[in-house]
Amino acid sequence: MASEQSHGAEHQGVGHVVPISILVKTAAALLVLTVITVWIADFHFGPANIWIALGIASLKGSLVVLFFMHLRYDRPFNGLVFISSMAFVALFISFALTDTSEYAPDVDTGNAPLVQQKLETLEQ
Amino acid sequence: MTTVDAHGHPDFLQHHFDTPQQQFDAGKLGMWMFLATEVLLFGGLFVGYAVWRGNHPDLFKYGSQFLDTTLGAVNTVVLILSSLTMAAAVTMAQRNRRGPLIILLALTLAGAGTFLVIKYFEYTHKFHEGWYPGLKFYEPPGTDSRTWADYPTPALHPAAVQLAEEQSRDVAASFAAGPVAEPTTVAPAASGPAGLSVERLAVAEHGGVEAYEGEQEHEEHMLHPLQDPTRPDNAHMFFNIYFMMTGLHGVHVVVGGLVIVWLMIGALKGRFSSQYFTPVDLGGLYWHIVDLIWIFLFPLFYLI
Repeated sequence: MASEQSHGAEHQGVGHVVPISILVKTAAALLVLTVITVWIADFHFGPANIWIALGIASLKGSLVVLFFMHLRYDRPFNGLVFISSMAFVALFISFALTDTSEYAPDVDTGNAPLVQQKLETLEQ
Repeated sequence: MTTVDAHGHPDFLQHHFDTPQQQFDAGKLGMWMFLATEVLLFGGLFVGYAVWRGNHPDLFKYGSQFLDTTLGAVNTVVLILSSLTMAAAVTMAQRNRRGPLIILLALTLAGAGTFLVIKYFEYTHKFHEGWYPGLKFYEPPGTDSRTWADYPTPALHPAAVQLAEEQSRDVAASFAAGPVAEPTTVAPAASGPAGLSVERLAVAEHGGVEAYEGEQEHEEHMLHPLQDPTRPDNAHMFFNIYFMMTGLHGVHVVVGGLVIVWLMIGALKGRFSSQYFTPVDLGGLYWHIVDLIWIFLFPLFYLI
């Protein structure tokens, strides 16, 4: 395994053995990040809220993939497969959002029918 | 334990592979490809989520109030800890430690069970309240029944009804104040969507009105969407996407649990060793992707 040579890590049979200490540290970091993401959700940063939440989730996801799932020590091609799937989902989401936001100005002009109805009842 | 056949192959090595290393790498690559398809499977739902939330942010803000953040956070912690025990189980398999392997797999299975039990309570609570997906909260255009007068409210004191009507008038007045740019400009009330917080009820009491006699548990302060005059249109869409995404994730938790049971049987039979731990490794990868998806679902639904 070319990707293992630089670690000097323990080798028994195939694959890389990730020490328990690294796994425990990863879990500790994940728990701390969970507390942070719950805590920070009570502050209102407007549109930034979703990006902060997604940023923390991505950081947590990276820790899971790199250490729990051994991708840090795995063959790079496996990482390429996985990151490609993520990249295509990101592409899918961004194109869908770009498209739907194009229509938003046309759809949202004026009052919604129910609001208009309410206004008319108030005027009577 | 590993035995060697007439060709010099260990018994776990399939005849079409030359070496255990080659078999291991092929298995891993296959699993990562499968995980890529899992990401794409959930990806479709994430696209749906993004488009709906992008167009109707108010629905998600409103619907998220009906989810219990504490239970969601506890489930996040449960999955992280079970991911830790699963990853440790792989390490133990690689070190030929059969006893710890079985214990760690059992702990992981307990994590899966805990997650599902908590999810069961969350779901049944929502079903009990009638927060189903589908057309539950849909009203055809032109039929605005979202006023207190139109709905029987047997559990509520007249003071509460009066307050809600006032609230309803406030909302109508804020609509009348000018063109409504976005539905979200209607400020949410103190604790429930229609503002029947303890504080407001206390004010009503102070004003000489009798105390509200109904049950005072926390969900009682949260108006049922059908009786909520400030409910945004198509509130059911939030519950649609919530049940779809957490439901598909829940199915994965069940499958992951079954895989872990199968791994435990294999471990009890002594099938795994430092030479052959691929099933534990790949089952672990599946379990971690379940954790990974929940890491994204939790802030997207519970923390809005």
